[in-house]
Amino acid sequence: MPSLPLSLSLSLSLSLVLWLGLVSGAQAREVELSGQIDIEMQHFPETPADPEQHKTYLSLGAEPEWYKQWDGGDNAVVFRPFLRTGNHDSHRDHVDIRELNWLHVGDGWQVRSGISRVFWGVAESQHLVDIINQTDTLEGADDEDRLGQPMVNLTLIRDWGDLSLFWLPYFRERTFAGDEGRLRPQPAIETDRARYESGAEQAHQDFAIRWSHVIGPMDLALSHFSGTSRDPILLAETDRSGNLVLIPFYEQIEQSALELTAVQGDLLWKLEALYRDGRSDDYWAAVGGFEYTLVGVMDTAADLGLLLEYHYDERGEEATSPFQDDLFLGLRMGLNDIQTTEILAGVILDNESDAMLGFVEASSRLDEDFRLSLEWRTFKDLETEDPLFSVRRDDLLLLNLAYFF
Amino acid sequence: MPQVFKRLIPLLVVFIIPSLHAQAPSPEERGLEIVTEADRRDQGWQDSRVDLRMVLKNAHGDVSERELRSLSLEVDGDGDKSLTIFDEPPDVKGTAFLSFSHPVGADDQWIYLPALKRVKRISSRNKSGPFMGSEFAYEDMSSFELEKYTYRYLEDETLDGTETFKIESTPVDEHSGYSRLITWYDQQEYRPQRIDYYDRKNSLLKTLTFDDYQRYLEKYWRAQTMSMVNHQTGKSTVLHWGTYQFQTGLDDQDFNRNTLKRIR
Repeated sequence: MPSLPLSLSLSLSLSLVLWLGLVSGAQAREVELSGQIDIEMQHFPETPADPEQHKTYLSLGAEPEWYKQWDGGDNAVVFRPFLRTGNHDSHRDHVDIRELNWLHVGDGWQVRSGISRVFWGVAESQHLVDIINQTDTLEGADDEDRLGQPMVNLTLIRDWGDLSLFWLPYFRERTFAGDEGRLRPQPAIETDRARYESGAEQAHQDFAIRWSHVIGPMDLALSHFSGTSRDPILLAETDRSGNLVLIPFYEQIEQSALELTAVQGDLLWKLEALYRDGRSDDYWAAVGGFEYTLVGVMDTAADLGLLLEYHYDERGEEATSPFQDDLFLGLRMGLNDIQTTEILAGVILDNESDAMLGFVEASSRLDEDFRLSLEWRTFKDLETEDPLFSVRRDDLLLLNLAYFF
Repeated sequence: MPQVFKRLIPLLVVFIIPSLHAQAPSPEERGLEIVTEADRRDQGWQDSRVDLRMVLKNAHGDVSERELRSLSLEVDGDGDKSLTIFDEPPDVKGTAFLSFSHPVGADDQWIYLPALKRVKRISSRNKSGPFMGSEFAYEDMSSFELEKYTYRYLEDETLDGTETFKIESTPVDEHSGYSRLITWYDQQEYRPQRIDYYDRKNSLLKTLTFDDYQRYLEKYWRAQTMSMVNHQTGKSTVLHWGTYQFQTGLDDQDFNRNTLKRIR
């Protein structure tokens, strides 16, 4: 009886909606429905490395959010599903629950239980220490889109800082573009055949702790993570027909990290550093630099931010990250106009080769409820041993029009 | 003139004239006195919550609106803490701005970006930048602290039928976008009625007018409408404040970086 799952899921959704109080007409802000729907075009001007790949991709995305709070916000639930569907690459048709959690706030503490997103870090050009949530590489090349992570997170808010404890009972595998998709290694990654160091695989229980504090002009955080690495090692193997395939392998790691921001006049200093110990390697890595802001440039209302960050990875050429000895230079421009127009442009230069990654991201509001975003990325002079070599022909022009409600 | 009086003249010059002079305060002292009184009358409100609608208009008359909520906390012996949450336009919904102001030195400021769930520290030195694309600079929106300016009383003036004190304020912070401000306080209640802002080149930049004053808790006056006109660009911004709620029980924990992530 094929109609049963559909009617069941419909009635489930309906009862969820009723429970969230959308139909009961509760007071403003106690219950909210908001979110966004977008249409996106990605265009890769260069001929793909693999004939299965395409030049132009179109897709449709949706990310609604239901929110309900009671007891003046001491209890709240949020449900934020995510969906993208497009032509060509079947992997890009994906659904995720970005958030589905219950927050309870006590006096000097709070607990969030369920699927959620937690951001750690201070740098702009790389998110080095951000480890709680898995990266959704299908949604962007900047490592800022993450999958929802199941967790129980207790935070104590004290005079000596905020202490956050995490229990992460289920592991999310990284998403990768499929055979027909761009911005992927060659050959495509066989995500179905992912392997783990731990016999518990995705059911391995991960834990993390983070202390953060404000000390005058300085924000400081120290953290430790124990569990399954979010970054897979790609194993090159042959399948039954003798073709080369890449298989993600997830190690067990211990990671200790530091995050620091310090304000000094117009300068904002930033540093992220980590030490990671795993089966294949133990190493330390860091990203640090500054942001300097000029206000009212050339007698306009605009402000201009100058960014400089340096990336270091002790593993050097062996690093799984492309940023082992690289310099990031960036410009951030906020026009401070009615449309809130923002432009971020930058280059990441590899100090050990001529490799260069350049990008421009710009966005502006149209009417009151739309936002148009434009993104351009280019890869230059990548060497064969560079982790980015496989995307050398994947210069990208992206146009996204989002409607917010 | 008797000899004895002639001898007294130097004494008169040395002692009596300066002391007579001391009786009439200098314009600086008079200015500080008036602003201190205005500040004193606005103390003890503890905390407040209010909704705000901003109407931005450019020189062509195009209009755009923003909706925000603002929470404030009075802090003993330091500047106020404030939290501003953006509700409209929808693409910036959930963005929040946390500020700990200090009478002396730079304020501590953070911005919360909901798409990334990221709390980001920002440099507060650049206070002259526009707030949300409006004609209000960050420094116009931040809480008033007596120590942030030096004062000079200029004159009494009748402004639209109201008797006012006209005071010149000079920002202490060299990073302020202004060379000076002229503020008109009404003599009855010591409420600002109008402020003229002069840019760093000392040209008139903006005028802020306060309207529809309402009294809360029988003591605290709040202008329900504030209109800022930029004379150099022809743009304007009007703030329409909702009904203020005072003493709602907010405390330090409601103005924490962690709270930013759960604020709605």
